[in-house]
Amino acid sequence: MKDFEYFAPKTVEESLSFLSQYKEESKIIAGGQSMLVIMRQGLLAPENVVDIKGITALNYITYDEKEGLRIGALTTHRAIEKSPIIQKHFGVLSEMERNLATIQTRNWGTIGGNLCHGDPAGDPAPVFIALDAKLKLRSLSGERIITMEEFSKDMLEVDLGPDEMLIEIQVPPPRLHTGIAHEKLMVMQGDAGIVGAAVSITLKPEDSVCEDARIVLSNSASVPLRVREAEKRLIGKVISSHLLAEVGEVASAEADPPSDLHASAEYRREMVKVFVTRAAAKALERAKIG
Amino acid sequence: MKGEPKELRFTVNGKLHELQVKPKALLSDVLRKDLKLTGTKRGCLESTCGVCTVILDGKAVRSCSILALQANGHQVTTIEGLAQGDKLHPIQEAFINHGAVECGFCIPGRVMMAKALLDENPDPSREEVRLAMQGILCADSGYVKQIEAVEIAAGKMRGGE
Repeated sequence: MKDFEYFAPKTVEESLSFLSQYKEESKIIAGGQSMLVIMRQGLLAPENVVDIKGITALNYITYDEKEGLRIGALTTHRAIEKSPIIQKHFGVLSEMERNLATIQTRNWGTIGGNLCHGDPAGDPAPVFIALDAKLKLRSLSGERIITMEEFSKDMLEVDLGPDEMLIEIQVPPPRLHTGIAHEKLMVMQGDAGIVGAAVSITLKPEDSVCEDARIVLSNSASVPLRVREAEKRLIGKVISSHLLAEVGEVASAEADPPSDLHASAEYRREMVKVFVTRAAAKALERAKIG
Repeated sequence: MKGEPKELRFTVNGKLHELQVKPKALLSDVLRKDLKLTGTKRGCLESTCGVCTVILDGKAVRSCSILALQANGHQVTTIEGLAQGDKLHPIQEAFINHGAVECGFCIPGRVMMAKALLDENPDPSREEVRLAMQGILCADSGYVKQIEAVEIAAGKMRGGE
């Protein structure tokens, strides 16, 4: 790893000052569980590292029935996994975290670091997109709110300015008659999914017609991919297993997965069908209950 | 200045240390080279094997994947911090007596992982033990004896047998 200048601010304001001063020459490090891996591989060599891991003010999980869920950017994966609030109201987040990497990684790695890393194979972003989450970003010039979907621009590239920090993730309160599920193909628990699917389904209670659907894929494109054509097939219909299979096919056609040493693009396309169908079936079951 | 050493002040196995480290130094390197605590091992160096696992503020972490300076102000426990003089920790005893040690390379990290688990959850289910053990790769054993050893240790630590 190359040497770098190192700052460890204690507050958000202090961090923003550093970022504003060094801009493109600086990179934020939180838990470093993704970043240090690529720094050791020589793929990333920032001149200045701004270590925000010590900013305790960004470590929180709060819930309000009207406002919904607010997760501070420096909340660890493990805290999200174990949070009683999240287990009660947004169980899919806890489930997703249980299958993310290993306990040690989750103990130190942060949700903000994960999202800002922008890995299209990552699990949190698709789940947050399915949850219709928004992100709050801040710089010395002010704050802006952006949807989780808009945040992802390309592989390992997110809509975060060189002088900006992610402050929190905002998830709206759970909707009635809505079920959300996350499934991914893992060889070993904790692996990055060869493909993954996060699905949210909302039903009209009187006739079980699908009112809204979100289907988001991981490791199937250069960003977490919302497969809108597949979603459209569900809306306005009563969902049968036949329809779920059809939706899997449509999602697969929308995907543009990579070929790498773990799987070919062709295999990933086949697995998109399987995992979209599985996640959608689970989401549907949950929508019927809640 | 790039690479200029910064002060690292942290507690390791109950002892306060103050040293100057380069920003790019990893926690595992500082433990092994600066503090001569070589019980913590270097394995994959890419955060996949877990043999570098130590306990930081009560939580198991991979020391090869943490900048040493991030431990500033924190408490670290390594395998060297477990035994009280000649008296082994119940987890260490269980591993030895139950035959859970083969080549031994993954054992320090594995024992620390077990300690972190049992400190947080003194009566884990088998599934919880299995999940914890999953965080450290073992090229020899097939994990069964290790999982059983953790359960045996848990029983002893809860005051049983």
